Amino acid sequence: MATYAIRRAIQLLALLVIVSLLTFVLMRGLLGDPVLLILGPDASVDQATVQRLRHDLLLDEPLPVQYLDWLRHASVGDFGRSLRSPITVHDALLGRLPVTLELSVEALALALLLAVPMGIQAALRPGSRLDVALAGLTVTTLSLPNFLLGILLIFVFAIRLHWLPSAGYVPLTQDPVAHLRFMVLPVMTLAAAYTGNFARFARSLMLDVLSEDYVRTARAKGLPNWIVLRRHAARNALIPLVTVVGVELAGLFGGAVITETVFSLPGVGQLLTDSVLGKDLPTVQAIVLFLTVAVVVTSFVVDLVYGVLDPRARIAYG
Amino acid sequence: MARAIAAAQLAPPPATAPPRRPGVRLRAYPQLVIGAGALLLLIVGAAIGPVLVAYGPTAADFSATLRGPSAAHVFGTDQLGRDSLSRALSGARISLLVAAGTVVLSLVGGVPLGLLSGLRRGWVASLIMRVMDGVLAFPGLILAMAIAFVLGPSVVTVIVALSIVRLPPFARVVRAQTLALGQGDYVESARALGASPARIAVTHVLPNVLSTILVQASLAAGAAIFTEASLSFLGAGVPPPTPTWGSMLHDAYPYLEVNPWQTLVPGLSIFLAVLSCNFIGDGLRDLLDPRERTRRGSGTGTWR
Repeated sequence: MATYAIRRAIQLLALLVIVSLLTFVLMRGLLGDPVLLILGPDASVDQATVQRLRHDLLLDEPLPVQYLDWLRHASVGDFGRSLRSPITVHDALLGRLPVTLELSVEALALALLLAVPMGIQAALRPGSRLDVALAGLTVTTLSLPNFLLGILLIFVFAIRLHWLPSAGYVPLTQDPVAHLRFMVLPVMTLAAAYTGNFARFARSLMLDVLSEDYVRTARAKGLPNWIVLRRHAARNALIPLVTVVGVELAGLFGGAVITETVFSLPGVGQLLTDSVLGKDLPTVQAIVLFLTVAVVVTSFVVDLVYGVLDPRARIAYG
Repeated sequence: MARAIAAAQLAPPPATAPPRRPGVRLRAYPQLVIGAGALLLLIVGAAIGPVLVAYGPTAADFSATLRGPSAAHVFGTDQLGRDSLSRALSGARISLLVAAGTVVLSLVGGVPLGLLSGLRRGWVASLIMRVMDGVLAFPGLILAMAIAFVLGPSVVTVIVALSIVRLPPFARVVRAQTLALGQGDYVESARALGASPARIAVTHVLPNVLSTILVQASLAAGAAIFTEASLSFLGAGVPPPTPTWGSMLHDAYPYLEVNPWQTLVPGLSIFLAVLSCNFIGDGLRDLLDPRERTRRGSGTGTWR
């Protein structure tokens, strides 16, 4: 296990370096001179000021020096100041993070809670009505953009039925009941695509396990069906689902950006949209790097968990 | 039981049975037929539709804003009095253009990279794949937003952004297949006959990965339409006044309570366009690799 963990950690470090390099090249290499962006298009400043600003921002240094400087600051959470608001990017990000975390975790939980029983039921009766319905649901939810689903849910549950609010947010720690009222629609919106996807994976994993010899043995020795399913089949079948969840994290954050914008949730995603529209380079750069690092590190943790749960994975990875 | 089977074997085939024709029975792949039909309809609509509609897609009429469906405006009008049918048809052109452009660009970039890293060993090959892993680590929509942000919003930058996001999956799939084929006897014998790596790649490997590429391409087309709509919905995609489905939704959303019709038209368009691309992808996969169908069951692979 230690060898496996060390190998994965080295891969993680390499990936983090590549991701940070790509972000840097994209943002500073392609965009040109950030000074002009900071000063704005209609700023009339003398050349000396521009030169001083360039020097202060290390822009007269070679690009590798700039990259290392940026990385040194970013690694301790210093992303500089926002161009649009008086607070630092670090503080803005930290203030928005809980909303995005709550939305993502709640959506993930809902998706798994619905998907696992559906997938198992479908696997027990392949070709049944439930199985066909599940396949239809999967392709539908995967083709349905989440902003569209969000708008649809708002129209039905907020505008027509007046059951739930269409926009707004209350922190979980402040008032859990009010929090849930605000979060029901966004969480459903974000969870929909993953429910179908996870259910399909659970189904195919379960189907694979049901044809294993040890399941037949368990049946042959006369164990009741539900014990075979719970103890022998489901427990083994669902371990790889952990990795699927890890793979889907990147998409989950992308979906959170849209969902937050539709429901006016003050999360990282909404901050990203606002910063892109407001041309706030430091904030955009920070969010892109932060969310990507979050995805990379989380899938590293997922891989480790998987290695603990299933010793075969450690060997397969080499 | 055995007797029944023997009897069935001995019995002559029923006279009404039509002769088996060679080739593919398309009826066995309803997804493919439905998806291709819907996509064809969309292409025809996008090609000739805007000519047939009485109103221009950007022609505002402030005396008729936010109308519901009527004889004059079949799908109603938006907040500036622009005809929704006309805008939806013009939006189809943008969606199809973005889908086609993204697929072509990511194919042109991804397939050679995949072939190269699959056939050649060494640091170039591993560098390519590490960079691809790096790009894949970014959440696709967020990377596309950042690239479109850096390059400035336009149809071309959206295509470039989406191609960068969609390229790594192509490279990866082609590489995996190339590696598997590289072990095959016929590639081995071609190598023994002294064929160059480039010749092996083009004449021996490429035809065999074509079916995988085709499936990937149709899924990528759907993903491109989906992501372009997301970008435009957020206001970070194709800039106004160019009509796109995403920006139509963006405009209509604040008026959801007054005129829900305006969200329905672009929303359904996006959904049906993406759905038909996914149907084509799933159908092609079943058609080209029947073994896959029984193993993994039906349903679209992850592409977000």
